[in-house]
Amino acid sequence: MRSEQQYIDLYETQRDLICRHSVPVLNDARAAAFAAFSRQGFPTQKVERYKYTDVAAAFAPDYGVNLARVNIPVNPREIFTCDVPNLSTQTAYIVNDSPAFEPTPFACSFAQAAKDCPHILEQYYNRLAATSDDAIAALNTMLAQDGLLVYVPRQQRMERPLQIVNILRSGVPTMVNRRVLIVLEEGADATLLCCDHAMDNVDFLTTQVVEIFCGANARLDMYELEETHTLCRRFSNVYIHADRNANVSHNSITLYNGQTRNTTDVHLQGEYAEVTLNGCVVADKNQRVDNNTLIDHAVGHCTSHELYKYVVDDTAVGAFAGKILVRPDAQKTASTETNANLCASPDARVYTQPMLEIYADDVKCSHGSTVGVLDEASLFYMRQRGIDEAEARMLLKFAFIGQVIDEIRLQPLRDRLHHLVEKRFRGELNKCTGCALCK
Amino acid sequence: MLEIKNLHATVAGKEILKGVNLTIRDGEIHALMGTNGAGKSTLSNVIVGHPAYEVTEGSITFNGQDLLAMKTEERAHAGIFMSFQQPIEIPGVSMTNFMRAAVNARYQALGREPLKSTDFLKLMREKRALVGIDNKLVNRSVNEGFSGGEKKRNEIFQMAMLEPTFCILDETDSGLDVDALRIVAEGFNKLRTAETSALVITHYQRLLDYIRPDVVHVLLGGRIVKTEGPELAQKIEEQGFDWIKEEQDA
Amino acid sequence: MSYQDPNSISQPLTNNADASTAKPSNDFVRRVAEEKYKFGFTTDVQTEIIDKGLNEDVVRLISAKKGEPDWLLEFRLQAFRYWQTQSQPSWGHLRMPDIDYQAISYYADPTRRKDGPKSTDEIDPELMKTFDKLGIPLEERLALSGTAVDAVMDSVSVKTTFKERLAEKNIIFCSISEAVKEYPDLVRQYLGSVVPYRDNYFAALNSAVFSDGSFVYIPKNTRCPMELSTYFRINARNTGQFERTLIVCDAGSYVSYLEGCTAPMRDENQLHAAIVEIVVMDDAEVKYSTVQNWYPGDAEGRGGVLNLVTKRGHLRGANSKLSWTQVETGSAITWKYPSCVLSGDNSQAEFYSVAVTNNYQQADTGTKMIHLGRNTRSTIISKGISAGHSENSYRGLVRIGHHADGARNYSSCDSLLLGDRCGAHTFPYMDVHNNTATVEHEATTSKISEDQLLYCNQRGISTEEAVGLIVNGYAKDVINKLPMEFAVEAQKLLSVSLEGTVG
Repeated sequence: MRSEQQYIDLYETQRDLICRHSVPVLNDARAAAFAAFSRQGFPTQKVERYKYTDVAAAFAPDYGVNLARVNIPVNPREIFTCDVPNLSTQTAYIVNDSPAFEPTPFACSFAQAAKDCPHILEQYYNRLAATSDDAIAALNTMLAQDGLLVYVPRQQRMERPLQIVNILRSGVPTMVNRRVLIVLEEGADATLLCCDHAMDNVDFLTTQVVEIFCGANARLDMYELEETHTLCRRFSNVYIHADRNANVSHNSITLYNGQTRNTTDVHLQGEYAEVTLNGCVVADKNQRVDNNTLIDHAVGHCTSHELYKYVVDDTAVGAFAGKILVRPDAQKTASTETNANLCASPDARVYTQPMLEIYADDVKCSHGSTVGVLDEASLFYMRQRGIDEAEARMLLKFAFIGQVIDEIRLQPLRDRLHHLVEKRFRGELNKCTGCALCK
Repeated sequence: MLEIKNLHATVAGKEILKGVNLTIRDGEIHALMGTNGAGKSTLSNVIVGHPAYEVTEGSITFNGQDLLAMKTEERAHAGIFMSFQQPIEIPGVSMTNFMRAAVNARYQALGREPLKSTDFLKLMREKRALVGIDNKLVNRSVNEGFSGGEKKRNEIFQMAMLEPTFCILDETDSGLDVDALRIVAEGFNKLRTAETSALVITHYQRLLDYIRPDVVHVLLGGRIVKTEGPELAQKIEEQGFDWIKEEQDA
Repeated sequence: MSYQDPNSISQPLTNNADASTAKPSNDFVRRVAEEKYKFGFTTDVQTEIIDKGLNEDVVRLISAKKGEPDWLLEFRLQAFRYWQTQSQPSWGHLRMPDIDYQAISYYADPTRRKDGPKSTDEIDPELMKTFDKLGIPLEERLALSGTAVDAVMDSVSVKTTFKERLAEKNIIFCSISEAVKEYPDLVRQYLGSVVPYRDNYFAALNSAVFSDGSFVYIPKNTRCPMELSTYFRINARNTGQFERTLIVCDAGSYVSYLEGCTAPMRDENQLHAAIVEIVVMDDAEVKYSTVQNWYPGDAEGRGGVLNLVTKRGHLRGANSKLSWTQVETGSAITWKYPSCVLSGDNSQAEFYSVAVTNNYQQADTGTKMIHLGRNTRSTIISKGISAGHSENSYRGLVRIGHHADGARNYSSCDSLLLGDRCGAHTFPYMDVHNNTATVEHEATTSKISEDQLLYCNQRGISTEEAVGLIVNGYAKDVINKLPMEFAVEAQKLLSVSLEGTVG
């Protein structure tokens, strides 16, 4: 049976149940998403953007889906007393795909939003997700029943960063369809810190769609940290729309996982918008991480920076494909893209594909990509100073990844992540044991 | 302290050292001079254990230990320090972390407790003052973006931190102007103790004006062909190496 | 706000004629526009053309006309049957016109008249004039330049010069048809060994219907004393050209090979689907240089050659070397990826390319470097220059196999945009399956800076001339790799192809 059939059947037989436990705005989008999903099915590896990930295989197993929204017995606040040292945050918990927290000034569940501010949901929900040509987006839209809304009104500033703790919790293999909508109105300012954790040692399959609207002059800092375990599969699509003079920084950090596919599409729609995409990946064992990005310069005078670094060990596979698209008339575009990889074992694999597609002449675009080994001269220099080889290699790997961490604007988080990455390389972070950020 | 006997070494299959004999006793400073390609850098790389160089014959003992059986880092722990001709830039590794790793590795090898963070930073401050290196350099990545002079001074700073008993100064004078040369040489002299020995590799007399050698060797064609007192360096400065070659050929 | 498919904007943009004529240098633009494709003459030679269309009978007919042995006919038929099961690839960043494969004649022989066969030694004087116009120095002029030439017009190799001098060194340089007859074992051993007919759609087509091309065999420990060269020209109307080149450089030997191409101006597209196979044995070295100036179509994008070519070298031997150098200024569509399979330990491969597109030309070109042996090295230098409404893409693959310990690749792909209605794209793929390999890729996109132009203008250099200078400087790394005579021609071509693009 084709891998997609079970999802088609699920929707067709459970449509009423799905809708009953959801809200009108989400229900309104389902039919079109279902049609799109049925039409396209899962992309094969002949589809350019999914060249390095076998989607159908990941979705083939039989996962349970909590369509009846049975309450999951977990009180996250008892487990996580989340606190990055020297960083005061507001915390929102999402258990599987259900928000489990009291509304805060800027965040609430879709269920709550449908009561309090339905017009926000109506105005923004499912406007960016490419349901018509991406099966993951279509499937998520078809099945998502609730979600997290982050809404920062015009000229308002989030005083404390919002930390979104995603907890996977289940006794049986489970599929989770998480949905996040982030709306920053003109001049708004927000910092979001999202971390993925798995509490139980079972198979988890997560689809996630994050839609981000960044209005004129708005500023968003967003960090996504994945620190789960080898049975977790994550398919995340992030769509970012940036208006005039908006400033968006999105950072994706994969420290521990099973299989991860992150799609990040950025649409620069207003002049002078600036986007930074950073990513760092530490993968070993048989982990797979595939980051696929598109930065679409639709108008002129925008700036984009992209830096992704991978350290791939054992039999892990790291893939990066990033396209910079500069449309006609997007003059004065400035764009840089760098992907650097360390292939640390004979059986590790690295695929990299930095692409430029340019239709305007007055632009400054460059990209670079490397796959390499640790520098022998540096190793020798360190050993001459008495540092043993294993330690020297560790320091160099740490330095290599550290350059992405250095890009993080939030100092306490930067320090915390440097520490976490070091722990990761020292093998002290072998498996998710709850929220590593907080401990 | 250091005893080299009949040392033959190859790099990329090519024999560079063809039977070097050299003995350096405690507290002695030896200068090693020679033309480009004579094998000076090969000798220093072999002493510190560069993986690209293969010893095919001969021996090196250091305070009675068989140096060739030891790893590069073990030789460093035993007290050997090389000031690199071209110090390596290591982006992303801060000088502080680099030195902490080096100092603690040495302490561990000597069976001592690693330094506490505060003690380590205090040590950094002291040595920095001693060598006169700017704080901002120490806060950067190893050698990254340093000028030629800053790199050489950083080598001397590391020497101060690691307190070696045997130092190799591999063309420490190359790329330095006279003032920088004097500062680096004075730094080295300050760190010297009565037991410190050194092998100073140079083309020129001028470094030897600051670091007075006890013995001067000339290395040509992979062998030490002449060993005399400090006056030999002066003669080479004036007359070059040709007369030595002619002596050899005769 | 809706998400637009990025591919959709590769649709043709309207030709904004007003914008170009409004510019101060409109005289210049007009002059250049009127300057016809320099090589666009047709030659009035009598040519034997078989009927249009493609089926097994045509394949048999081609084979029969050439008096081929059974094994070759069988090879062709297998390729043809495979081709029928395949469809034209669409992954290139190209808008490919529909090709009616039944509207093309697959064999045109300008050396034969329909009223009866003639000796190939008595070449039609009109044909000789063609080569004169092309500036190919056949016969005496060859002696001066020291180049041996195999000229292929339409489908048949017209004349191979300098055979005798090469024969002294036991070097074989002849048309592939002749080689099939004279050296069947060699041809059979190597034909299709680097580019199998199943390799891709156009390779299958070529394998079925290839008409002629060159064959080179350099015996062991022989340095070929002169540059070998093939000049290709499509002349007849509604014919396709499907030549096939096979070069075998045996152990310890060296050869430098040059290839040039032109075609007359025709309103309809002409199809060129060639294959070049190169085998390089232990310690041998091959340099392959191309200056491709097929007819690019007119300023509105009508006509032009569809250049769909498979070129690949197999570095079979240890310490072998292969270098591809190409200057691509012609063709309406270019789809070619001269590639290297580095099997031999310590083998080294290079790809140097300048691709210029103007008006409505489209190029999707690059290379593949497949590292299989230990300590293999490859270098890729690609310079794309886009002007007018053209689309210019670099597409390249670097693959480091599991056993390719110590392999290294360096790639640098730069694009220069002249005008705001063209596209410049870079699609590199790197697959690394070895942890001791080092792969580096870098790319930049830029335009000629106004400061550079002003600086030249201030020194009294006209803008047009300045563009020529700057572009040639930009392409210098590649041009320098060409043999001297070719380099001069390539420089001229670059300037001519881009005249009137800035101003």
